[in-house]
Parts: sequence; C-alpha cells; structure tokens
Amino acid sequence: MKNKSLVAINDLSKEEIVKILNLAEEFEKNPIQNTLCQKVVATLFFEPSTRTRLSFESAVNRLGGRVIGFSEASNTSVAKGESLKDTILTVANYSDMIVMRHPVEGSARYASEISPVPIINAGDGANQHPTQTLLDLFSIRKTQGTLNNLNIFLVGDLKYGRTVHSLLMAMSHFGATFTFVSPNELRMPDEYKIYLEEKGLKFSEQTDLNENLDKADIIYMTRVQKERFSDPVEYEKVKNVYVLREGMLQNTKENMRVLHPLPRVNEIHTDVDKNPKAYYFPQTMNGVFTRMAIMSLIFGLE
Amino acid sequence: MIQKKQLRVSAIENGTVIDHIPAKSLFNVITILGLHKFDNLITFGTNMESQRFGKKAIIKIADKYFANDEINRIAIAAPHAKLNIIRDYTVIEKRVVEVPDHIEGIAKCVNPKCITNVEAVVPKFKVLDKISVSLKCQYCEKITDQEHMVYL
Ligand SMILES: [Zn+2]
Repeated sequence: MKNKSLVAINDLSKEEIVKILNLAEEFEKNPIQNTLCQKVVATLFFEPSTRTRLSFESAVNRLGGRVIGFSEASNTSVAKGESLKDTILTVANYSDMIVMRHPVEGSARYASEISPVPIINAGDGANQHPTQTLLDLFSIRKTQGTLNNLNIFLVGDLKYGRTVHSLLMAMSHFGATFTFVSPNELRMPDEYKIYLEEKGLKFSEQTDLNENLDKADIIYMTRVQKERFSDPVEYEKVKNVYVLREGMLQNTKENMRVLHPLPRVNEIHTDVDKNPKAYYFPQTMNGVFTRMAIMSLIFGLE
Repeated sequence: MIQKKQLRVSAIENGTVIDHIPAKSLFNVITILGLHKFDNLITFGTNMESQRFGKKAIIKIADKYFANDEINRIAIAAPHAKLNIIRDYTVIEKRVVEVPDHIEGIAKCVNPKCITNVEAVVPKFKVLDKISVSLKCQYCEKITDQEHMVYL
C-alpha cells in the first residue's frame, strides 16, 4: 500500500484489508502516535460531509500530522471554474497526501492518475467510499470477534446504496451469508447476485423486515429515500415498513449488532438507541482508528 | 449474385475493404476510423441485403492499410466486420476484427455524472462482454451497453 492511492474497495486484497484492520486495532489500544509527524494531509471536500471530514482530520491530528483543506467548494477557486486537474496538481505541491470527496463519479480515480501524491477517496458521488467499508468491516470484526462465515442482513435501499454494495464485495472475501431485505423497487441488482454465485456464497431475498431476524449476526440498515421511487405511491406504501424498532430485536442473537453508515433519518427508531445491540455510534468512532491505519500504511508504516 | 452485389460499389486497385458492417453502424465506423478526415478515395454502400445482419454496409478505402490495433477499434460497433486486403485488384489477405480487452477514447460513458463527461478526461473502459459488447467505465464503474453507445 505504500505511496499508493485508495480509490475503491476492490483495489485492496483480502490480506491488505486484514492488515489495515489489525493496525486499526493497535491504534485503538494506543491512539496517540507520531506516524504522520512532519506530514501535511489535504482534505478537499468539494461537497460537504462533516462526519467524514472530521473523522479524517481527527485521525491525522492523533498521528501528529497537520491538515489543510476546505470543507465545501463554494469559497474556493473551484467555484471560479477551476478544473479538478488544476486543483489536484496545485494542492499536491502543498501536501503529502490528498483526501478528497467529490460529487462527480470517477473523480477520485482520475485524481489518482494525475496526482504525484497519494489520493484517498472519501466518496465520489454514488460510486465508491472505501474507508466507510473498512470501518464497517472493523466494526463487524470487533463486535463478532471474526469476519468469517457471518450472517449479514442488508436492509433498505439495496439498489442504489453504495455502502451496501461495497460491503458485500468486501465481505465476500470472508465467506459470508447474506439476506437482502428491501422493497421490490430497490432490490439488490443482479450483477451483485451473480458475483456472489460465482464466489459460491449463499444469499436470500425478502421484503419483510420482521422475518428471520433471529438468524442475523449483523443487521446493516440503510435509508429508503423518496427520490429513488419512480412512483410516489410505491414510496408511501413502504416508507414505514423498513423502520427498525426496539421490539423487533427481542429474539435476536446475543452477539447481533445493528449498524448504519449514518446519517439516520427515521429508519432506526430512536427507541433502539438505548439497546446494547445498537452499534451505529461506536461505529463512527471506529472510523478514526481505521483511517489512522490506512494513512499510516500509505505513508509506509510497517 | 455475388458478382452483381460487388458491382454496386466499385472495385479498388489497392487498399482495404471492410465488409459485414451492420448498416446502422456504418457512420459509427466512419467516425471511429476518422474516415471523414481522409484524403483517400473512399466508397461505401449501405442497406445491402445480408443473410446474417438483415442490412449490412461495406466501405472501400483506396491505398490504405490498417494496423491491427487501429482496425480493432471498430470492433465495438461492428464486431463481425471482415477485412479484405487488396493489392492489384486481388484479395491477398482476409482478416476479422477482434474486440480488445480495453478501449480508450472511442465511446462515451453513459453516466452523465461521470468525470469523463464533466471534465476533459479521455474515457477508458474494460470490455465486459465481447459478443454483445458492453463496456465498464474505469472511472465511474458504470456499464455502457451497445444500445446506449455514443462515439467520440
Ligand atoms: Zn464513467
């Protein structure tokens, strides 16, 4: 990984993923380190994402590095019409690594081709957000003690949800069994089902969130957004169906944990928050350790 | 019968004949090869009956021979095209086109939110299916199929 960009989750081998998670675990035990001492990291957020940006900046600060950057494009040369290429080539002169979030899909791959310093993709439109996937994996391994042979329930918008697609690809290294829970309009696309079949992994589909929850090790919730529906009547029919409530957790396994990439709107009722099986807030804390590990490895820490 | 069809497009002394182009792809092939910028004598015929395609087109380019990677660019528009290399009015070699594994700068990505449609970035694709020809964008990872293909 040394000096390499991280653009998509499939850029990483299974071994590299495990290496990142192991190092993240070390950082969790000893969070104050100096691996980024004398390094400048640029965080270029062409569209705002406060949680992701603060998580990266916290990670850099904990490692003794310095941060420059912007949190939205409106006050920058980008608003004056500067191309992504020019912005990247300029900022690369000021920094040792660029963390970027950009609404245009494929922008991070392009930046990685032209940039003399490594790029970390912090989200390129609906395409990729690999550090989210890595923090999800870290959260799963931490709560389950393993990544192998788990029962993963993916719930909500499985058609457009970038986080669930990336999580599926990454978990497929570890022999998971998947249950897809979604309205018919937002079912998991065929290309991912074919991918699982080729890898010999089991999956099933259901529209009812109440079914089979007792089998889950992880319930990964995502939001069902109104704008994804071609027919507003269809949305009205399902909008309250994919909401997780505390009572539904009653017969779930002791080790089961509820994950969510956040921000949540109403798909997890607030009464779930106090249940020890709710893990979406600790999940965000794990993002800092995971990003510390990723950046340290790119800067050559062994 | 064959004799008659040949006569519809005049014979060339030296050069290349590209046959078995689906009629609907003729102008795409012209665009991909940049034939509109050539000074050579070029003749073409289209909407000719073909048992395999329904309607096919043919292009004859005088005094021009193509390198493999140059001609393989047309494979995404005309995967079954056949080449006849002509010298002195005689076919001295027949070739078929081969769909490459990767293509660059030929077709546009179907995704309007893709960087290749927003900034001056040359589109690059991995060819997923060589028979129906579908392309996976190396930037946004979306798939462009034959039906939605727009050539640069
Ligand atoms: Zn694209």
